Amino acid sequence: MATSPTGLKRFYLLLGGVAVAGLAVLAFLVVRPASVSIPVDVKVQPSDTAGFRGYVLGSASAPVEVSEYADYQCPSCLHFEEIQFPDVRDRLIQTGRVRWRYRDFPLAQHKFSRVAAHSAACADEQGKFWEQHRAIYVGQPDWSFKRDAAGIFRDYAKQNGLDLGRYDACMQSARYAGRIQASLEEGMKAGVQATPTFLVGGRLYSGVQTYDALKAIIDSLAPPAGR
Amino acid sequence: MKYRMAGALLSLLGLLLATYLYLYKIGKIGTLACGTGSCETVQLSPYSRFLGLEVAMIGICGYGLLLILGLLGLQASPGRRSWVGRLLLVGSGLGLVFTCYLTYLELFLIEAICRWCVASAVIITLIFVASLLDWRASDSNRGPRAPA
Repeated sequence: MATSPTGLKRFYLLLGGVAVAGLAVLAFLVVRPASVSIPVDVKVQPSDTAGFRGYVLGSASAPVEVSEYADYQCPSCLHFEEIQFPDVRDRLIQTGRVRWRYRDFPLAQHKFSRVAAHSAACADEQGKFWEQHRAIYVGQPDWSFKRDAAGIFRDYAKQNGLDLGRYDACMQSARYAGRIQASLEEGMKAGVQATPTFLVGGRLYSGVQTYDALKAIIDSLAPPAGR
Repeated sequence: MKYRMAGALLSLLGLLLATYLYLYKIGKIGTLACGTGSCETVQLSPYSRFLGLEVAMIGICGYGLLLILGLLGLQASPGRRSWVGRLLLVGSGLGLVFTCYLTYLELFLIEAICRWCVASAVIITLIFVASLLDWRASDSNRGPRAPA
């Protein structure tokens, strides 16, 4: 069935109109200062880590180091953070017995894990990692099932006294996506399969560990003074 | 020609949709407008890559090729149109098979449905139907072949 030149011309006009409208929408979505997305499929570059091996709390001379591989959207990690970690911090870290190293291990099924990890990384730029870390974990029930959590993380940043201009620029740049991926890959290489997992004295302990369980492990590696 | 026009228009829509999903995947768009669907679950799953390539990028290439073929088909001389028609039929057929595979992944392995993927499945199915109708129409226009 032949089409008249006029019909073809109309069709091209329609096609061009759809193309222009579609490209305009896509361009708007790209340039709008909207919510943040941290890419998943990043290839880790040496500059991403540059010697960075996690967020450290505690004395450099502590006899035992614990690496915690965790995911901000994992309910068990929240349980550990809320129930067990305060005791660990007060009785093991602050007493100089343990150096704590927090490593990101974002699980694929959690859509906000990387954004949360990136938010904490951006807070770290301003020396507020642990404050942001705690706020994100404690607030997990408030953002975990939201359509977009980035705005809530920004609220935490504001409450923690961060410079929001610097925070926003950091989040938009997604500059720590490679570092988060590197942490995940290192964890997988070490044998981490679930969160939270604790690496203590070269051994992995998977699942939520109670304060007592962690203390027993640490006591076995470095008996407390006076014993 | 009307089927080919429909195919070209649908290919353009598919191309825009695949570009949207790809921009999300590379972190250029914050969140997907997905309503109550599970778009992010699907897009962030390991199955969002096929043979090392982003599925959205495969969509961009596939729909792009179908669009180019559709436009060529509108411009080509009658002799060449049938070749373009066959290529469109084969190309959209391959796209349909690939979409069936992706839908299987969504339903049985990822266990989540992304409404943008459903939209893409509808688009490729319609392109295939349009290509089939175009091919049949051009075949009947040629009429029975003269005996040798």
